Amino acid sequence: MRMFENKDKSRYGTFSRRAVIVSGGMTAIFGILAGRLYHLQIMQGDQYMTRAEDNRVNQRLLAPPRGRIIDRFGIALASNRRNYRAFIVPEQVHGSVAAALDTLAKVIPLDERRRARVLKDVATNKAFVPVTVIENLSWEDYARLNLDLPYLPGVQPDVGETRDYPYAGELSHVLGYVAAVSPEDKEGDDRDPLLQVPGFRIGKRGIEKTYDPAIRGKAGASRAEVNAYGRVIRELSREPGTAGEDVYLTIDREIQRFAYDKLKDESAACVVMDVATGDVLALISTPGFDPNAFNVGITSEQWNDLMTNDHKPLINKALSGAYPPGSTFKPVIATAAVETGVAEPGYSVFCTGGLTLGNHTFHCWKKGGHGRMDLRDGIKHSCDVFFYETARRVGIDAIEQTARALGLGRATGIEIPGERSGLIPSQEWKLKTYKVPWQPGETLVTGIGQGYVLTTPIQLATMAARIASGKALSPRIVHMVGGIAQARMTPPPLPFSEDALTKIRSGLNGVANEPGGTAYAWRITEPGYEMAGKTGTAQVRVITREEHMAGVRKNESLPWNLRDHAWFVAYAPVEQPRYACVVLIEHGATGPHLQVQIARDLLLFAQQRDPVKLQTAYPVKAASIGQTL
Amino acid sequence: MTPRPYAMHRRTARLRDKLLEINWGFVLLITVIAGIGFAMLYSVAGGHFEPWAKQQMLRFIAGFLVLIVVACIDIRIWMALAYPAYAVALILLIVVELVGHVGLGAQRWLDFGPIQLQPSELMKVAMVLALSRYLSMLGPNEVSRPLNLVICLAMIALPAGLVLLEPNLGTAMLLALGGFALLFLAGLSWYWIVPAAASVAAAVPLAWKFLLHDYQKQRVLTFLDPESDMQGAGWNITQAKIALGSGGISGKGFLQGSQSRLNFLPEKETDFIFTNVGEEFGFLGSIALLVLFAVVIAYGVKIAMSSRNQFGRLLAMGITANFFLYIMINGAMVMGLIPVVGIPMPLISYGGSAMMTVMFGFGLLMSVHVHRQVETPRHASGVV
Repeated sequence: MRMFENKDKSRYGTFSRRAVIVSGGMTAIFGILAGRLYHLQIMQGDQYMTRAEDNRVNQRLLAPPRGRIIDRFGIALASNRRNYRAFIVPEQVHGSVAAALDTLAKVIPLDERRRARVLKDVATNKAFVPVTVIENLSWEDYARLNLDLPYLPGVQPDVGETRDYPYAGELSHVLGYVAAVSPEDKEGDDRDPLLQVPGFRIGKRGIEKTYDPAIRGKAGASRAEVNAYGRVIRELSREPGTAGEDVYLTIDREIQRFAYDKLKDESAACVVMDVATGDVLALISTPGFDPNAFNVGITSEQWNDLMTNDHKPLINKALSGAYPPGSTFKPVIATAAVETGVAEPGYSVFCTGGLTLGNHTFHCWKKGGHGRMDLRDGIKHSCDVFFYETARRVGIDAIEQTARALGLGRATGIEIPGERSGLIPSQEWKLKTYKVPWQPGETLVTGIGQGYVLTTPIQLATMAARIASGKALSPRIVHMVGGIAQARMTPPPLPFSEDALTKIRSGLNGVANEPGGTAYAWRITEPGYEMAGKTGTAQVRVITREEHMAGVRKNESLPWNLRDHAWFVAYAPVEQPRYACVVLIEHGATGPHLQVQIARDLLLFAQQRDPVKLQTAYPVKAASIGQTL
Repeated sequence: MTPRPYAMHRRTARLRDKLLEINWGFVLLITVIAGIGFAMLYSVAGGHFEPWAKQQMLRFIAGFLVLIVVACIDIRIWMALAYPAYAVALILLIVVELVGHVGLGAQRWLDFGPIQLQPSELMKVAMVLALSRYLSMLGPNEVSRPLNLVICLAMIALPAGLVLLEPNLGTAMLLALGGFALLFLAGLSWYWIVPAAASVAAAVPLAWKFLLHDYQKQRVLTFLDPESDMQGAGWNITQAKIALGSGGISGKGFLQGSQSRLNFLPEKETDFIFTNVGEEFGFLGSIALLVLFAVVIAYGVKIAMSSRNQFGRLLAMGITANFFLYIMINGAMVMGLIPVVGIPMPLISYGGSAMMTVMFGFGLLMSVHVHRQVETPRHASGVV
């Protein structure tokens, strides 16, 4: 028994020591756990708090309604239309989604492709995520869908918003269009988080693009508590964002329509401008395209049609089409001639039908020649020889200066993207571009608006307005953004003598209103509305020597795309002009001078309607209109 | 020490005396901890007693009764039952390996109609009993004798190996560590301990290569870099850390834990319940819970130290060590200190088997306490 007790005593000693060691180890490990908690909860607590919030709260951006684009009388040219659509929520469907779609197909049209797309989307998303079945339903279909809703569990009707261009092609080159955000857009400078919102549309062309930041509005946000599977538990807050600003244009939709209807079958461009302010009343490029197609998603067939059309509907010819001005450039030469003193009183040129410089003969359009021409006659008859000779005397430097003063050779700055600057050649330019000096013969060709000279219709409209008003005004098309009128510069007077302008205007009057004038046959006969103008033919191809020898060639006998372009630059009325107009018809230089007829009709229509004098919609406060969206 | 007369001289005491001898302060303590568990289960269910809190309460009540009954049974009876219990548990482990129900990719359950039995849970208690009995026969020097050591190691390795095969790495670790703790307490020589620890360290790469399952390796890899696999296995660890960390000093408040309520925490009601304590009650709350656990352990050590028989000492200390290992492994796991292994937080995590095991263990601890004056003969029913 003693031995037992001794043994147990020693065992107890060992056990106690070891138990103390074990307790010490356990205490140490408790210390480590406590330290870890201190590290996680106190030292890194804020960081994990943020991450828990990130987990819990799902912030979703809300796209604001896009601002409208409105003409000068308050007609909405681009607005937002209700988009009737249907979603399907798989978890709410009784039975299979496929069967539910079959039932749905009895109510609204559902083709096989759409069906397959929906089933694919359903398979890739969580069961509580609504999948879009169909968009842009007609009101009838939408109404029927709502009526049958009790038999369609899981189907959710919804009203969204989509961009609407009620006048389709008529204004396509002014307004542009909106389309889905491309990867390039996301990588660009625009860091607006709205670009990341699925289905968001941004302006891709025209006013929609230029004023996109204002029209787009500011993103709203919905903060919602979500669980680990992404299901929304409740909305925590909603901030609706700011609707986009309305943009008011100077466009008068009536004139726009009038011009578009006249030109829609041509490949043409047309600009109507207020000569007092430079406000653009109509800007047309035909053929147009339907901007709505880009919004809802253009099909590859539609896209191919647009791309392969030889009338190039996607090019805004009024701004991006640079053409030789042809005879419409002659007023520039005439102005330069007066200003440089070449066309002193009594100055004249005798036209024999051609002018020889060196070993090359430059022909007049009129075989046999015009005889003696003074400045006024030269403009009125558009005598080539007169302008060859006058240009030769004036010299390319003065021509270049005058052309630039009249608004040619540089972009006019109109608020639509894609404008080209055209080209007014100079000695310096020639040397820089071709590494050879300017040739005297090139001055002659420039004298009739051929050779290197390129102008856009908007530039020639600006030129017409400048000649008519005597002021160096520039075109503009946006009057007001978000209720704030755009700053407008008071145009300085042109750097020309009144004498020069009077002479040019007189010549332009002769073109349209005197027998023998190139546009006399299509003059405005209503008293007080008469127009002044200048015809022009722009050569598309290089005319061979043989053709020159053969004499005047029949334009109509050529294939369409080789025919010359037809210009008419005009303003009206002759006394105290109010409206300037340019019409260009690509490959349209034919006998009946369609471009002159259209300009005549347009100027008459514009004067009789006189939109500049009418009450505009501008005073209406834009914000109050925005509310009705 | 003033021995009480009835225990001093009688081999048995009356039931009423035994009930009075139970340390009711200790029982209250574990009831409080279990109560925290109910509150947490109520919270992770979004403020509902269903489906977990109510069930857990019923289990605790059953466990409570088990505790009392076990505590009143004479420690010599437990000593006598130690080897048979071990044998039964071992047989069941073999059976489960052959026919067991596969849950979550591992064979862990035996299906007896309404009762599902997890033999590994039974083994946790049985092994402590059997090892305590065997070691209580030995003096400090005898423990280190090769034959005794081989027998003890076999008693540990057999069940641990079988559990590892299920596969259940966490429980195997628990069994092994609990067994080694008993060997250490019984006086295993440092001459064995130091080389053994060194060779275990050397064996880790081999175990990695040959022993661990792919999912276990995955857990370790994910543990080392949880953010690398945020959508997959790293999710648990990362979300657990977010839940704990976001609790800050004083927590988000009861029922305000977004991580568990919104299901960001997987297994939020079982293995990861501690993170909800941390999220809703913050650093102060989690430390308070750890302190309560530490007090339980301190009680256990005190009970072991005050027992007059070696079997009771080893048994009490073995149970206490096991309880500690639960807390250590689960705590370290949810705090991102060790890889994820399936070990629940005792008394807090939802689950019937673990609750029963823990309460049964505490019953044995109480039995040691109640029968602390009993002296067991050196060769009580000697096998050796």
